[in-house]
Amino acid sequence: MSFSPDLIGDVLAMWRYPFMAHAFEVGTLIAIVAGAVGYLVLLRRSAFAAHALAHTGFAGAAGAVLVGVDPVFGLLLFTSVSGTGIAVLGQRAAQRDMEIGTVLAFMLGLGLLFINLYRGGGATATYSILFGQILGIGDQAVLVTLVAFLILVAVLALTYRPLLFAALDEDVAEAKGLSPLRLGILFMLLVAAAVSMAVQVVGVLLVFSLMVTPAAIALRLAQRPRYALAISVGVALGATWLGLFIAWYEPYPVSFLITSLVFGLYAVVRAVQWVGSRSMAPAVPLPAD
Amino acid sequence: MAADQLSVGYPGRLVWEDATFDVRSGEFVAIIGPNGAGKTTLFRLLLGLIPVRSGSLRIFDRTPQRGSPRIGYVPQRHTIDQSTHVRSFDLVRLGHAGHRWGFPWSGRRETEAAMQALAAVGASELGERPLNELSGGELQRVFLAEALASDPELLLLDEPLSNLDLRRAQELAGLVHRVVVARRMASLLVAHDINPLIPYLDKVVYVANGRVASGPPKEVLTSERLSRLYGVDVEVLRDSRGNFVIVGGEGHTEGEIVGGEGHHEGEGGGGFGPAGVHP
Repeated sequence: MSFSPDLIGDVLAMWRYPFMAHAFEVGTLIAIVAGAVGYLVLLRRSAFAAHALAHTGFAGAAGAVLVGVDPVFGLLLFTSVSGTGIAVLGQRAAQRDMEIGTVLAFMLGLGLLFINLYRGGGATATYSILFGQILGIGDQAVLVTLVAFLILVAVLALTYRPLLFAALDEDVAEAKGLSPLRLGILFMLLVAAAVSMAVQVVGVLLVFSLMVTPAAIALRLAQRPRYALAISVGVALGATWLGLFIAWYEPYPVSFLITSLVFGLYAVVRAVQWVGSRSMAPAVPLPAD
Repeated sequence: MAADQLSVGYPGRLVWEDATFDVRSGEFVAIIGPNGAGKTTLFRLLLGLIPVRSGSLRIFDRTPQRGSPRIGYVPQRHTIDQSTHVRSFDLVRLGHAGHRWGFPWSGRRETEAAMQALAAVGASELGERPLNELSGGELQRVFLAEALASDPELLLLDEPLSNLDLRRAQELAGLVHRVVVARRMASLLVAHDINPLIPYLDKVVYVANGRVASGPPKEVLTSERLSRLYGVDVEVLRDSRGNFVIVGGEGHTEGEIVGGEGHHEGEGGGGFGPAGVHP
């Protein structure tokens, strides 16, 4: 397919193919969730935990393929169990990385075992878990993703303020009657569900491109949590749509296009801010007390 | 609040016991004592985060309730993460309603409470700046505003002066005192360096060697008492400009420097007792 001047016509043509329509539908839902959860992930400094959950998801998905059920169920089971485990074991930040690293390594090994035991197109399954398979999404997966999306967005909306409070100021939040442990578990379950969804699009290795990079861009651009959330979701959405759009014309993997787009935007933002801070530096007085 | 023969401990460890003291509305109280003596534990007890082991603790004529909006709390904190590019105003607003579940409609009352709290600490202009760009003193003012946003009657401040130089520490101590008086609150303040507080102190609570006691500043802040408190020989030295420092006899430095500029004597009426402050 070559690039044509009639972009709207092209988009309409894309959507006539069920696999493209599904990709846009699922990609949209996932970008919204990943962008929003990603902002809290960064504020809580839990990027490594999110990363580990994605790799845990690899073991879950591989196990599901082995026993012959939809990988998404294996993903959800493994990520929520390890998410809860990480939240309970690693309540103190200093400890957290150790616990996460331990669980992460074990889970990757387990995933390898499952892949090895599975005899029948193991390579294809592995590949799609690792790097996503957004162009191969069926009707049922769209429905599952939609249900997961609605639940996640509702939970996130209702628990957003305490989660934000605990992310910014855990000690005061605790004094105000919130339980850091319960909030930690709730948060990790949200991340687990978001990761399980996002794996379909970008795969476990590239989950960060939807969960962390858009949020990192937002954190740099906006000070107000509300605006930052909007930017994070917007960047994730834009990259997903544009990635799918380009993939229609060019033979590159969608995951690669999405990761490159968000990375490119991040690089531009950093560069512009760096230049801005250098040129402004003499004019800005040192912060005074 | 009142404590009567109060004891507290974690499983397998008694932190302190048999504490009897009270703090009345409007009082400005410093809590002093060596590291690890259980000063923060006292705060956690008042916040209802840990249970009383024995004795009684009443606060607003009730046992401590977890999550009470009548207590404002500023925990000990060294820095805020460098990547926390979040507007200070939003943190202060969370101090008012951050514990509430449900869809976060942008409430006018929340916004007003945050604006008033920032204005009360003279930090209205800091509200629009991100937390990661504030200096230590500015952050302490924002944290204080966050604690005030729920309109508390008791303020618990854990080492609010620890990262500030002497002038900033004095400014913050004066600010806390003004707010406490203006809002008719009581405030408890954990401090290593008690000097900036001396002009304002009504009472000193000291926590050491498994005991808690309290008294007026004049009686507590003597070299004899301080020696016993920190468990090392403490000597009072005076420099040529009238500042004085209290030095531990065994070469310790941290925690023993509680002195400062002598001209505080008289201003607050507290004084340093027989240790001698006058230049």
